[in-house]
This record gives sequence, structure tokens and C-alpha cells, in this order.
Amino acid sequence: MRLRMSPLPHVSDWLVLDGVLVVLAAWLLVGVTGIAALRRFRFVARVLFPIGGLFGLLLGGLALTAVSGTPEVAVLPIGLPSLPFHLRLDSLSAFFLMVVGFVAAGVSTFAAGYFRKGEGTPPGLLCLEYHIFLASMVMVILADDAYAYMVMWETMALSSYFLVTANHRIREVRSAGYLYLVVAHIGAIAILLCFGVLQANTGVYTFANMRAQTLTPFWGSVAFLLALFGFGAKAGILPLHVWLPEAHPAAPSPVSALMSAVMLKMAVYGMLRVSFDLLKAQMWWWGALLLALGLATALFGVVFASVQTDMKRLLAYSSIENMGLLFAGMGLTLTFSAYGMPPMAALALTATLYHVASHAFFKSLLFLSTGCVLHATGERNLGRLGGLIRTMPWLAWVTLVGVLASAGLPPLGGFVSEWLLLQSFLFTPGLPNPLLNMLIPVVAALIALVAALAGYTMVKFFGVIFLGQPREDRLAQARDAGPWERAGMLWLMGGCIALGLLPVQFIRLIDPVTRQLVSVGLGNAVEGGGWLLAPTSVERASYGPVIFLLGVAASFALAFLIVRRFYHGRLRRAPAWDCGYRWQTARMQDTAEGFGQPIRQMFEPFFVMERELPTPFDRQPRYRVTIADHFWGWIYLPVVALAERIARLFGLLQQGRIATYLMYSFLTLVATLLAVKR
Amino acid sequence: MTVSGFFSQLLEIVFALALAPLLTGWINQWRAWLQNKSAPSVLQPYRLLHKLFNKESVLAEHASPLFRGTPYIVFGCMTLACAIVPTLSTDLPLSPAADAIALVGLFALARVFISLAAMDIGTAFGSLGARREMLIGFLAEPALLIVLFSASLISQSTSLTTIVETLAHRDFAIYPGLAFAGVAFSMVSLAENARVPVDNPATHLELTMIHEALILEYSGRHLALIEWAASLKLFAYSCIGLALFCPWGVAEAGEPLVMLLALPALVVKLAIGGIGLALLETLSAKMRIFRVPEYLAAAFLLAVIGMLVHILLAA
Repeated sequence: MRLRMSPLPHVSDWLVLDGVLVVLAAWLLVGVTGIAALRRFRFVARVLFPIGGLFGLLLGGLALTAVSGTPEVAVLPIGLPSLPFHLRLDSLSAFFLMVVGFVAAGVSTFAAGYFRKGEGTPPGLLCLEYHIFLASMVMVILADDAYAYMVMWETMALSSYFLVTANHRIREVRSAGYLYLVVAHIGAIAILLCFGVLQANTGVYTFANMRAQTLTPFWGSVAFLLALFGFGAKAGILPLHVWLPEAHPAAPSPVSALMSAVMLKMAVYGMLRVSFDLLKAQMWWWGALLLALGLATALFGVVFASVQTDMKRLLAYSSIENMGLLFAGMGLTLTFSAYGMPPMAALALTATLYHVASHAFFKSLLFLSTGCVLHATGERNLGRLGGLIRTMPWLAWVTLVGVLASAGLPPLGGFVSEWLLLQSFLFTPGLPNPLLNMLIPVVAALIALVAALAGYTMVKFFGVIFLGQPREDRLAQARDAGPWERAGMLWLMGGCIALGLLPVQFIRLIDPVTRQLVSVGLGNAVEGGGWLLAPTSVERASYGPVIFLLGVAASFALAFLIVRRFYHGRLRRAPAWDCGYRWQTARMQDTAEGFGQPIRQMFEPFFVMERELPTPFDRQPRYRVTIADHFWGWIYLPVVALAERIARLFGLLQQGRIATYLMYSFLTLVATLLAVKR
Repeated sequence: MTVSGFFSQLLEIVFALALAPLLTGWINQWRAWLQNKSAPSVLQPYRLLHKLFNKESVLAEHASPLFRGTPYIVFGCMTLACAIVPTLSTDLPLSPAADAIALVGLFALARVFISLAAMDIGTAFGSLGARREMLIGFLAEPALLIVLFSASLISQSTSLTTIVETLAHRDFAIYPGLAFAGVAFSMVSLAENARVPVDNPATHLELTMIHEALILEYSGRHLALIEWAASLKLFAYSCIGLALFCPWGVAEAGEPLVMLLALPALVVKLAIGGIGLALLETLSAKMRIFRVPEYLAAAFLLAVIGMLVHILLAA
């Protein structure tokens, strides 16, 4: 372990951690400059955001070198006296820093071309909030004591709250932000309590002390459940998911991208940190619980995603699904780890980490793409979009890559993590618990179902927005993405493709992380000769995305050339045929509601549905369907009613007469004095 | 990559490309016979392909490049799928690049592209077909995956060549789990290949068609490629079925003589399988589209039960 001793070291022995702190300082400086140039829109957008993006790139690069490095620690003398911030950069935190840095680089570049004048919050203030948000996430990852962790966790929640409510003139945005704030704080309380349990009455809240404590199984489980509640609230795990489909769509698109792609991953980071690093011994039922919750969330998320008619809500529900899959992966890792099967745990953990990275890239890409569509058309409703591949071809093709990755299709990143996850499920028979052994095939089947439904959802997303005929006339005037937006999206698209084609290299890179958490890595085992990904052996399972892509591309090219060589390439343009029907209009296409119909029918118990169907006798036939989820009625509304009732009881104290209030003060004083006297 | 491996791989691809339309023709012929009709020649699919390739392509006015590229992508996917399923030999250099899960992914990739292409023109039929195709896909895909998992639990591997080697060389043992998987697989392949209880390849009735609705706007060489890819898909599914449930006779690495025997063995197996499919299609009636999810859910559950049975008996 390397320790930062002297306050200002010589340049040659700078640690990576110092570099990360420089990035943080730079981000804060950029933010403060934004305040100084509050309304100078061009300066903030074209200069400050790209600088922030460059530092994001630097952060990613620094973290890349730190993944395989030795842990570094530092103590920052800020905060309260005698309560400094302890920081630690190890492989786990370096991995997550890498994700934050690289995704932030793309999103900030995009943001340089995205923000427009007069959207609620002034640009300079937005710039400050945005960079504080980024910096707080970095600090959450670096924090090595509960105090720093909680302060930064709250900073992250607050800064993202202000970002969510950037368009605060809209009522829905304000209420979405409020809901987000409430759930975030309930979660934060649970995390705080979890740290309280973890320090085991020693009164020292550094993570180093928590690592040294050995908790009884009971208190260990209490700490784990509190962590699950707290981080589950941030991740949108069932039933704490309700804020996510409200808050993510309400935010400006770059912020939605950061929240979905990076901030949700902080929950995964926290979960991994608590259950593998701070808690030493794991129990199998923790894993089973995570697995069950994760799968329920994944299925719920994808089913709801497929019936949405608002493109950003659809993506938000898809994020819920992906967080569910991540939690399921972590659950599997925990189970294997508890049963002392490190190689299997390493496989499941690699799948989880892989999905963290690939989801970060494809989901930010998709959210940014909806941002472009929103700016070009002013429309979020899928029912009024369509045909944009003809007016915005560039955006459509880039989005297609994200869509394919999100649908878990080879040869892109989403498929690799799905493949690894299914592999780890397949090799489970052999767990010492017969019940779990029996459940595993069901679980694998559910994961396959979720992945296939994700494909359905993504075809709906892409098909309804970009394909077909424009459903409104003004869509013909939509303009394609600008240069800044293109640059940011190209970077993220590159990430999706690289993660898809270079799994061996990437798994080698994250090998130290799995080594740190479950003491075994896949690094040397993954390669089965050349470019093949083979976690155990080639005979057992292997996947070579590059060969795969070359195979499809080669037969594509050969078919193309041979057809031209032996036949011809003649082509004629004519009106669409459509079985000879001449009066075809854009309104006759399948809509987003239509695409959701089979899902609504098959998964009917999932929804609270209100349908208004026209009868043949209606003069003005109207069709309307609204979909809500059961959890509002089951949990949230009763809780809200209870809170209101309690508040009303307290309201009885409020008399509005000064004499009464003086009496309250007097009584309080007397009571306090009595207590002190005793 | 060994020389013999290269040749067996090449032979397998050429064999699949050449014979897939013949299998379709064979099934059509038998279907006609079984229904007391006079049958078209077994070579009819080749004539159709030749005719379509010679015709010019008529493209809708606002079709995007996605629409034009899709036939080639689908064709490429299906060729690769035929290349990695061991039919003649298990000595296939391309096979390690994609295992059973990647094979399912490959089919899904083709399905997503053809559905997107169907939505591209923006006609009522196209988007309807796309929705139905994806509906069938999202139920059939996990079922197929679970069927393949049942086999891979027996062989402890998801690599298709290892599965075939293990299944072909086991001592004769009956796996009840595999029986469930076999039924589920038959149901899924009927759905995936647009066969009778789910879709009718011979009809253009608007209200019921799925596959035909998807490719309604294609013509000329694009349609030819898609039709060829559809026969390749049927061929690949038949070969997967044979590889899982009837793997005897497949040559292994370094056995060029056995490969000579494997070829007639495969042809005979495919011919019998084709007659079986024709019989099945003649005996059953087409379902209403609303019944299809139930049918596929049954296949999915059967596959899961098969896997459970295997684990129960193994424990």
C-alpha cells in the first residue's frame, strides 16, 4: 500500500490518486467559472463543457492505469475538524472511475452542442451543477470512510436533483424531482444505518476499521439488508423503483444519460463495496435474495418498458431492467462466494462488471439520441414520431448500434455480458444447496426471457422513432445532430463496439477487480487461442466476436458481389406496394400502443390498466389506454396517507395564537430543565 | 486451422447453401402429395430463386439503406448459422467462434433486422408483421435457448461440436430431460420457420400471415436472398434437431473417410425429417394468432421442465 505523506510531492512520484484529485479540482474550477459566466451561453457551452469532457477523458485514462495498480490512500484535511476525508483508490474504485470518466467525456462533449438558451436554469448554473455532480460521483467512489461517503452521496443526490429540475417551470418536472429527492433520502438513511452497524460499536467510521471488524451473522445480515435497501433505492430495485421512470425522463438528456449510465452504477459500486469488501463473510441467502429481487426487477422493468409510449420513459424502464440484471449477477456472485466457489464467483462477477461497462455506454448513447430527437422535433411521444432515418440518417445509424447493444445482440457489448451471465448460470449445478440447484434453470430461463423482451422493446423503440413514415408533417423539417453532438455520440458508440469486439482484452483489464473481491480472476483463463473468449476451456464454451462479425460480413460481401457478377444490380423506385392498396397513409402504421398490445395482453396482471374503447355507435370514437403500476396502490399511497394522518395530528398543535406557542416554549423549557436536573 | 478442418468447413457451407432449397422443395412436394395435390418439382425452389435473381428489384420510394442491406445481413447470419452447426463433421474451425448461445443470438440478430426492415417502409402490413414476428421471437428464443441448455447440461458444454461429440458417443442412455426438450424444440422450430400451426408459408391471407407480411415489400434479388435465407434457416434448424436428438454418423476430426459416409447419412436423415414435417403440417390446422403466445409459452415451459427433470435425475 502506498501512502501520500508529504503535502507536495515531487512530480516524478505523483500517485494516480493525485491525478484524480487534479481532475476533481479542474471540474470544480470549470463549474465555478460557469457561475462567473452565468449567462454567457456560447462560452459555457463551447468552452467549459468540452474542457470538462477532456478532464473526463483524463480521469478515464488515469483510472485505466490504476485498475491493476496497488491500492493508494490519502487523507484530505477538509470537512469538520478531526474528521478528515479518507480516500482510497483500489482496483474496484478504479474500475468504476474508468466508467465515470469515459462516459462523462462523451456526455460532456455532447452537452457542448446540446444545451439551448432559455431552458429554465441559466447555462452557467447548469454547468456548475453538472460538474459538481460528476465530482461527487468520483468522490463517492474514492471515499474510504463513512463520513466522506455520506457527504458525497448526499452531494450527488442534491446536485442531480437540481439537474433533474433544470426545467423547473414545468410542473411535472418539479414533482418528479421531489419524488426523486424523497426516495434518495430514505435510501441514504438506510446506508447511514448500515455504516453504523458495520463499525460495530468501535466509534471509528473509517472503512479500514470496518474491514477489521468481524460481525456476527445476525448483525452482518442486518448490515447487508440495510445496504440492500439503501442502494436498492438508488438503483431502482423493486419496489423502490417508482422515482426512476419519473426523474430520468424529466432531466435534460445529457443528465438523463449520466444518471442512467453512471449514477445508477454507484449503487452497484456501493453494494459490491459493502458485501465483498467491508463484510468479510457472506451468507448464501443474501445472494438468493439479491437474485430474486434482481430478476423480479428485470422482468418488471422490461415488461413496462415495452408498453411505454414516451421514448425517455421507455429507456428509464429499460434501465430498471438492466439494474435488475446487474443485481441478479451480484446475487449469483454472492451465492458462489458464500459456498466457497471462487472460480464461479469470478465468472459471475466478471459478467456483472462487464454489464456495468456496456450498459453505461449503450444507455448513455440512447439517452443522448433521444435528446437529439427531442431537439429536432420537440416531441417525446412515440405516437408523433417516425421516419426520422430519412431526415436524420446519421443519428439513426449511430442509435442503431446502441439499440443492438441494448437488445443484447452479437457482436456488441450487451451480448457479451449476457453470454457470460448465462454461462455462469449453466455451470451452477454443483451448488451444495439442492433447492438453489433446482431454481437455477428457472432463473436462466427468466434471464433468457428478459433478454428476448429487451429485443422486442428495442425494435419498438428504433422502429417507431426512426423507421416508417413520419407521423406528423413537421418531422420532415427535423435536422440531424450537430458536430459536438456527433463527436460525443461517436465516442460512446466506439465504446459499445470496442466492448463488443474486444471481450478478451477487457476481461484481462478487469481481472484485478475480480481478484480483489473474490480472490480469483479470469484474466489468464479467458483466452482460448487467438481472439476467442473461453472462460473455462474452448471445449466447454467459447465465443469469438471478431470471427463472428467477419463471418457475417464475409458472406454479406460475397453474396453482394456474386449477385452483381452473375445477375445484375438493376433497381427501380416505385410507390410502396402494400398488397396493392393505394390509399396508404402514415396513420395506418403500427403505433407504439399497437406494439405494446400483445405485451399488455400477456402480462395483464402486471399492470393497472384503464381502457376506454370506442363502440361502433360513437360519433367521435376515442381510444385511450393508461397504464400504471401496482406498487403505487400497494405501498406508496398507503404510506403517503399514513404520513399525512400523522402530520395532521401534529397539526393539532398549531393553534395560530402566540400565547399557545409561548406556552409550548415554557413547557419545553421546564421539561428540559427537569431532565438536566436529574 | 488444419487443412482438413478448412475443407470440412468449406464443404459444410457449400453443402448447406446448395441443399437448403432442395430441402424446402422436398417438403413442399411431400406436402402436396399428402394433401392429394399434384406436386411441384423438387427443384422448384431453385427455379424460383433463379427467376427472382433475374428480375429487377422494385424498391419503395422512401426505402432507406437499412431496407436494402437487410437481405444481405439476414443471408449472412443464416450462412454463418449453417456453418457452425455440425452436420457432416465436428472438425469445424468456425465453430468455436459461436457456441449455442451465440447461435441463438445470431437468429435473433437476423430477426431484429428483418423486423426493422419491415417497419422501414411504413405500411400497415409491414409493421404488423414486424410486431408479430418479434412476438413469436421473444417467446421462441428463450425456449430454444433452454432446449440447447438441456443438451449442454448433459455434455457440460455450450459448444455445439462438443455437444454433438458427447451425444453421438454416449453409451445408449435415455435422457428423459431430452425428451421434453425434443418436444419443445419441435414446437419452437415450427414457429420459428413459419410453419403451419403458427404461420402458413403457402398463404397470403392478410389477417394471418407473419413471415409473408414481413417481406411483402421485397422483390427481385432481395426477395431471392430472403427466401434463400429462409430455407437456410429451416436447414439450420433441422440440423440442430438432428445434432441434438439424432447425432449418429457425424464425422470427427481427422476422419475424412467417415465424412464420406456422413454425407449420405445426413441426406437420409434430412429426407425423413422433411417427410415428418410435411406430415405434421398436413395433420394440424393453423392457429389463431392470439393462441400463438399460449402455444409458445407451452413450449417454453416444456423446455424448462426438461431442464429441471435432468437436474432432478442427475442429483
